Amino acid sequence: MAKSLGPIKRKFSPWTDPAAVPFIRFENITKRFGTFTAVDNLTLDIYEREFFSLLGPSGCGKTTLMRMLAGFDEPTEGRILLQGKDISGVPPYRRPTNMMFQSYALFPHMTVEKNIAFGLEQDKLSKGEISARVEEMLKLVKLETFAKRKPNQLSGGQRQRVALARSLAKRPKVLLLDEPLGALDKKLREETQFELMDIQTNLGLTFLIVTHDQEEAMTVSDRIAVMDKGVIMQVATPAEIYEAPNSRYVADFIGDINIIEGTIASTQSALGAPGEVLIESDGIRLAAEQECPAVSGDKVAFAVRPEKVRISPDQPADTSVNAVHGEVWDIGYLGDFSVFIVKLDDGRVMRAAQANVSRLVDRPITFGDMVWLTWPRDAGLVLTR
Amino acid sequence: MKSYRFDATVLTLGFAFLYIPIIILIVYSFNASRLVTVWGGFSLHWYQTMWSNQGLMDAAWVTARVGLLSASIGTILGTMAALALVRFGRFPGRMLFSGMIYAPLVMPEVITGLSMLLLFVAIGIDRGFWTVTVAHTTFTMCYVAIVVQSRLLTFDRSLEEAALDLGCPPVQTFFKITLPLIFPAVIAGWMLAFTLSLDDLVIASFTTGPGATTLPIKIYSQVRLGVTPEINAICTILIGLVTIGVIISSITTKRTELRRQQDEHMALRGPV
Amino acid sequence: MAAVDEQVAPNSRSTSRWLVVFLPYLWLLLFFVAPFFIILKISFSDTAIALPPYVPVFEGIGAIGDFLSQLDFENYVFLTDDPLYVQAYLSSLRIAAFSTLFLLLIGYPMALAMARAPTSIRPTLVMMVILPFWTSFLIRVYAWIGILKPDGLLTLLLHAVGLMGPEDQVQIFRTDTAVFIGMVYSYLPFMVLPLYAALEKMDNTLLEAANDLGCPPWKAFWKITFPLSLPGVIAGSMICFIPITGEFVIPDLLGGADTLMIGKTLWTEFFGNRDWPLASAVAVILLVLLVVPIMIFQNQQKKVA
Repeated sequence: MAKSLGPIKRKFSPWTDPAAVPFIRFENITKRFGTFTAVDNLTLDIYEREFFSLLGPSGCGKTTLMRMLAGFDEPTEGRILLQGKDISGVPPYRRPTNMMFQSYALFPHMTVEKNIAFGLEQDKLSKGEISARVEEMLKLVKLETFAKRKPNQLSGGQRQRVALARSLAKRPKVLLLDEPLGALDKKLREETQFELMDIQTNLGLTFLIVTHDQEEAMTVSDRIAVMDKGVIMQVATPAEIYEAPNSRYVADFIGDINIIEGTIASTQSALGAPGEVLIESDGIRLAAEQECPAVSGDKVAFAVRPEKVRISPDQPADTSVNAVHGEVWDIGYLGDFSVFIVKLDDGRVMRAAQANVSRLVDRPITFGDMVWLTWPRDAGLVLTR
Repeated sequence: MKSYRFDATVLTLGFAFLYIPIIILIVYSFNASRLVTVWGGFSLHWYQTMWSNQGLMDAAWVTARVGLLSASIGTILGTMAALALVRFGRFPGRMLFSGMIYAPLVMPEVITGLSMLLLFVAIGIDRGFWTVTVAHTTFTMCYVAIVVQSRLLTFDRSLEEAALDLGCPPVQTFFKITLPLIFPAVIAGWMLAFTLSLDDLVIASFTTGPGATTLPIKIYSQVRLGVTPEINAICTILIGLVTIGVIISSITTKRTELRRQQDEHMALRGPV
Repeated sequence: MAAVDEQVAPNSRSTSRWLVVFLPYLWLLLFFVAPFFIILKISFSDTAIALPPYVPVFEGIGAIGDFLSQLDFENYVFLTDDPLYVQAYLSSLRIAAFSTLFLLLIGYPMALAMARAPTSIRPTLVMMVILPFWTSFLIRVYAWIGILKPDGLLTLLLHAVGLMGPEDQVQIFRTDTAVFIGMVYSYLPFMVLPLYAALEKMDNTLLEAANDLGCPPWKAFWKITFPLSLPGVIAGSMICFIPITGEFVIPDLLGGADTLMIGKTLWTEFFGNRDWPLASAVAVILLVLLVVPIMIFQNQQKKVA
């Protein structure tokens, strides 16, 4: 990447500090449209200067949650606090939040300049102040030469920047971004993600982003809330969400994962120490180093990400746990990785991913090969939900 | 390409059917002879007679005033009605409201005309210029409402939300964002309303009074007496006016279309 | 949709918002709905030689009881007794039904041809259909008089090509045939545009899929195109059928003395005989006859909107 990287990100985790006061608080929020419940008794805290993502499939209630913060929808029950103050009933045009719309919603009859100035004019700022701020914003999004153009004279990426500049111009306390990069192509999207992060850090703002793109959420966010059917499944940092999902739903929604249903055989290691879970699943024994809330006999799921699974034609030394045998059924070549789909001897299917570290075109393992899949005890995870 | 030839034939015949009577009418307005069937050479004689026919000119003036006024009030009310239909979700009596918008579009004119007249008589208003104007406003506002409604249905609501979000209160948002963007539809609605008012014979006949004879009423009474080239002349002028109006509006839309294409090129080319 | 609408700007339920509904609502109630109640009331009144030429059945709102006891069905009895009126109603419905049928037969191929034309010329074709509609109804009907008159241009043309002897004349003017020609001519744009709207938005790949699955084009038309265009057919038919039933100008100018249409009857009762109550009764019955088609039309429009 040719661009400068901006300031180095510092460790930032106010949510771990019990004394920290949340900047935005959704308190027991329920939103119903007729008989449909879009958001169901949801509570969530967001901290100042946080880059927070709401992630979930369409219809999970993430956009409704954001629209309630912007003031376009009012919660049916519960309240929203901004800096400790209840903002229920405050119309959108009096809220200190600004939104970047999915469709960008640039006013087609106004120039770029006028679009950016629109919000400032509502605040009755002086002409000088407005033009200074507009110039600053144009510089921020690198569109200085486009001030006099109309939105339909811009490319998709440029429109996205104008929308960003317009929503930032009023220096909102919170910037809401509704699928901000959805309309851009992959390469531009990746570039813009980093720019967004820079802007957020430099201006010291709180960003709330709604997206269905997990990669985007993982890249930009300090924390992610994974939502499904109006409730939050998990709120955590990207790494926690990926490495320690709290449920089958989150594990399956983020990235690729093997999920094997089974029963807990013991919650102690072979040496009798706590912190290891042993699972029985139709003759396969699975082990994970983990504190587990469940007890022996409970039905649980064992989850392991494909990239943590090693694939080899050779039989491992220890086949008692975390080792399964099968036939290579299919291979997906992704360039950086190859994904092997292995049909186990008992008919179940597991996936293993292997980084393609050499330039060999003919891989040593191919269709129909009999292989062993193994993984270490700290790779797998027991899911009780 | 059999279907292509079939389509071309159908369209040629269809448009011939639509246009030949009008063309004949125009051609014969320049006929020196009084007889419709005899071509007596080119002449502007009937235009002169028409011009000096005071009754006809008065009627034209009344029609123009009624048209301008009723189209303008009808456009304001119709735009409001369209906003109410598209934007306000459910409100008490919405069913009745949308019924009242659609019904006048198909209601036989004799019924509308008669019922309006009876209303004016019942409340004791003298019939004349104002009663015709009110009657025309009532049915033209429904056409405007339909035209504006179809535009509002394709309107991107997030534009209004963006304005609200940036601190613009609802009423200003309407005038700064919504109205400028639906304006072409509002103008189209106005033009339709004006033409409908210009055209109307039946409703005007019922609701008019002394001194407010409109052009269609005048033309109708002369037509009943027989075909005269003078009527051809005034019809030709009306057709000419409407055609010019339609051509101007189509040129403007073409131009905006052209500019849009240039804009798209510009967007692809990148910075200047 | 409605649910979302109510959410937007919840604080703007202000006076301005209220006015936007209230003004057009009030206007239509006053000038469109109220007149129907007056027409209903007057249709129960007696004729009088006065101005206004009717004797009101009741005065004041408190007199509803009086009104009901004095309800006078005289006009309605008269209408049903005199076969002339019954025939006029029936003949109106017949003429409207046949005109609508002819309009469909001519309009459908035109709309189809327009929808299949290259995208670049479609706007021009649409404009060419609309243009006659922008010119006065009266003028367009008038134009046909010159053509259809016995000594008119059609006779002249047929003489010229030798299809008719020099002594013969076309006997169409002032007959039902002339009325049909006038109806089809005047209402053609109203039929073509809804049909075109329905046909134009149809996905062309549907026909390709049908062909691909072994359905020949003519069969694909009846199995795919036509069923999908039915909303347009219904909308177009209703937009034509309803006003044609009450049409006055065309039967008056092109029809003969024996062309019975209810719009003409109403006009004569009102302007000729100055019998306002009877004219009102004629209008009320016409409205009752048209209630069903109007409901169909409104339903169709609501589906579109």
